[in-house]
Amino acid sequence: MASTACFVIVSKNDIPIYEAEVGSAPKKEDLAHQHQFILHAALDVVQDLAWTTNAMFLRSVDRFSDLVVSVYDSVVHTRFMLLHDPRSDDGIKSFFQEVHELYIKIFLNPLYLPGSRITSSHFDTKVRALARKYL
Amino acid sequence: MIGVGKAKQYANVLDKPLSRGRQEVSLSAFAFLFSELVQYNQTQVDNIAELERRLEDAGYAVGARVLELLCHREKGNRRETRLLGILSFIHSTVWKVLFGKVADSLEKGTEHEDEYMISEKELLVNRFISVPKDMGAFNCGAFVAGIVKGVLDNAGFPAVVTAHFVPIEGQQRPRTTILIKFAEEVKQVCFV
Repeated sequence: MASTACFVIVSKNDIPIYEAEVGSAPKKEDLAHQHQFILHAALDVVQDLAWTTNAMFLRSVDRFSDLVVSVYDSVVHTRFMLLHDPRSDDGIKSFFQEVHELYIKIFLNPLYLPGSRITSSHFDTKVRALARKYL
Repeated sequence: MIGVGKAKQYANVLDKPLSRGRQEVSLSAFAFLFSELVQYNQTQVDNIAELERRLEDAGYAVGARVLELLCHREKGNRRETRLLGILSFIHSTVWKVLFGKVADSLEKGTEHEDEYMISEKELLVNRFISVPKDMGAFNCGAFVAGIVKGVLDNAGFPAVVTAHFVPIEGQQRPRTTILIKFAEEVKQVCFV
């Protein structure tokens, strides 16, 4: 079953630090641009929503045609955003939690400048593996 | 034979579990490292203010990481959205993990709405440091002030944090106070 999913990690200053198309649908160039645009547009909603609750998983914050944007906001206000077809929340929540753990490990690196791009290929491999597992 | 197994070797840090690990670090090792940090920075700067700023920057990096890690370990992924919440988090959890005990006190400033103070009879980082007279009001607690600033900034409550000596009657060594002054944006949201 083909599924679209675009995963982006955005830092506190609204700068994307990691992007990946993790869906199993065939990749198309223009769709990728559209996905990024939708995710960035959803950032405004996240800003307001983040301060209203002290849970990290903000569930679906925005819709666009048949796609849903789900967001997980970490303590340092790094946003993990996923654009996906409507599906149950549990798999998405577990996906976010595992990616969050990976992110913490990267963040703990004293040589990693918070807010800079994540270039580790190992991280990329692990995120894709997690996406296949949970999405 | 009672086996002392070798810890499993991981190929990449991303595979290692984020467990609690060993809770304690040797005080002497830390004191050596910190004294080297201060001495190194002393050779790089011309004045006290710059030295304090460098120590603060070093602490800032620690604060950011401490915040993320502790929220994951201790609070089961719930964030703090209120000022008092984050302040008491620093005063108890952060202090307990870094220094082994909660901070001596957390007070609200009387003169200004947006000032808070965390006091400590003697900061761990200052225990083996004596400041010569010609350095005036220099306080190595600037490192700890940097840690607090790192935690507050990254949690979304920007503030100016400084460390001061406060002489107390009847005690030989002065008390150290970390003064937290919140920035404009926080004032507008939290102190209406």
